[in-house]
Amino acid sequence: MSRIENLYAALESAFGGRFSSVKTELGEVTAIVAAQDLIAVVTALRDDPALAFSQLIDLCGVDYSAYAAERDGARYAVVYHLLSLKHNWRLRLRAFAREDDFPVLDSVIDVWPAANWYEREAFDFYGIVFTGHPDLRRLLTDYGFVGHPFRKDFPLSGNVEMRYDPDQQRVIYQPVSIEPREITPRIIREENYADSEGFRKG
Amino acid sequence: MAEIRNYTMNFGPQHPAAHGVLRMVMEMDGEVVRRIDPHIGLLHRGTEKLIEYKTYIQAIPYFDRLDYVSPMCQEHAFVLAIEKLMGLEVPARGQYIRVLFDEITRILNHLLNIPAYAMDVGAVTPFLWAFEERELLMEFYERVSGARLHAAYYRPGGVHQDLPAGILDDIWAWSEKFPRVVSDIEGLLTENRIFKQRLVDIGIVSADDAIAWGFTGPMLRASGVPWDLRKAQPYMVYDKMDFDIPVGKAGDCYDRYLVRVEEMRQSLKIIRQCIQAMPGGPASSVDRKVTPPPRGEMKRSMEALIHHFKLYTEGFHVPAGETYTAVEAPKGEFGVYLVSDGSNKPYRCKIRAPGFPHLQAMEFCSKGYMLADSVAILGSMDIVFGEIDR
Repeated sequence: MSRIENLYAALESAFGGRFSSVKTELGEVTAIVAAQDLIAVVTALRDDPALAFSQLIDLCGVDYSAYAAERDGARYAVVYHLLSLKHNWRLRLRAFAREDDFPVLDSVIDVWPAANWYEREAFDFYGIVFTGHPDLRRLLTDYGFVGHPFRKDFPLSGNVEMRYDPDQQRVIYQPVSIEPREITPRIIREENYADSEGFRKG
Repeated sequence: MAEIRNYTMNFGPQHPAAHGVLRMVMEMDGEVVRRIDPHIGLLHRGTEKLIEYKTYIQAIPYFDRLDYVSPMCQEHAFVLAIEKLMGLEVPARGQYIRVLFDEITRILNHLLNIPAYAMDVGAVTPFLWAFEERELLMEFYERVSGARLHAAYYRPGGVHQDLPAGILDDIWAWSEKFPRVVSDIEGLLTENRIFKQRLVDIGIVSADDAIAWGFTGPMLRASGVPWDLRKAQPYMVYDKMDFDIPVGKAGDCYDRYLVRVEEMRQSLKIIRQCIQAMPGGPASSVDRKVTPPPRGEMKRSMEALIHHFKLYTEGFHVPAGETYTAVEAPKGEFGVYLVSDGSNKPYRCKIRAPGFPHLQAMEFCSKGYMLADSVAILGSMDIVFGEIDR
């Protein structure tokens, strides 16, 4: 059996049908887990010797509001990339936050201490709140930053710009003066566009 | 007796030992560190958001600017992710060129980290010697890409241009002399009494802790975990290369230094194997929907001209899907989580920088050590803010 099939079998025997979906695409396994099962599932993924996902390699938020392909209906998801050094395999875990207005998920900081800054980053960029996180502050944006910049409705140019004001003799914030512009538009082709086979047949 | 209270001290963001723009709020008990709260983000440029607004090719130069001392390894992670989503093959010559330059990049990175680290703990000479050598390596960068640092040389499907004539001979000639330089630097440091007093038994991290905190690369290997993506999950032609993975025993700052020195020697071994085995043929995919046609062809062929125009205006389209692709960058596992919606721009591009979890463990590593030790621990982590703040 290949490594992926082994992982599949181990996931199946450990969790049965507890994932809402498990898929293999491009040689990578993606499992979608319900928000309420998250802690139980990740603890088992780490502690079960048949899985042994000892490392949280990456954790990031994703805003699916502009994603055309089918999704779970929720806007925000957190994607966990796990690595097992023992079995040399990877797993991608996705958990959608139920509420779009106030996305909340449980913190995995007790399972992997490495989650600390990753969760702060996801909170900073997407406004996803992690319950149980001891110190959920902004991480990468400026002190006193307003908004969550990686949300799809946050403009690329931002909302405020900073300059030194000689009258007040301090740095002030003011609304941005640059116009947002798009150099190359985002284009999604329909199926079979410029497909020479289909073109000849049609 | 008067009660002595802990006091809070601010370190950085402008400090020679902060390796860029790190601010740390330290709680000190006399000279002993009790708590550290690193404040990062002073170099945050929103790279991931910017990439969402650029076509795939326009996004490549951003990767040079993350960890600006090891640019090509990061481009590699991004182009590998694109190639995976598109199902693109890289010709053999392109694969060897990439491995060759990945290893040049690794030496380039370690040649900055080791002497900068030595300078943090008081030795200045290695820095000058290593920079001379870095200059030679950056010349090789310049000859293949036109730029000393921000190369943008790796492209989906291969590399931008084939190697210029004679460069392999010159890299070979350089590789004959380089072991001498490593020995010279080692001669100044490895058995140096002051250097060892500052590093041995400082910042010890056990293997279990290193794994739990998400350590990768030399930081993980110094703790005794033999894990290297070049061996464990080989990409390009690393499975054909003969090299060893140095592993530390104690997991202290000194072991991290030793691991990096040995990695330079192993990288040199890979470089020489690449030069010897360098195959002929194209350096890049000939799929004109992804790679641009040669200049000469464009002057004669209408189709080539259209391909060129389409590639540099709209860009190519990547099928909808997602991938996490990682490479063994000099600092550890550098990964790109790429989500495509089938358009000509990435939908989401998360960059997994190796330095991020390392710096996050700063408090864990330096608790209970002295203030001066925290500088040694920080130096041993090989921190570059371009990749941490993104």
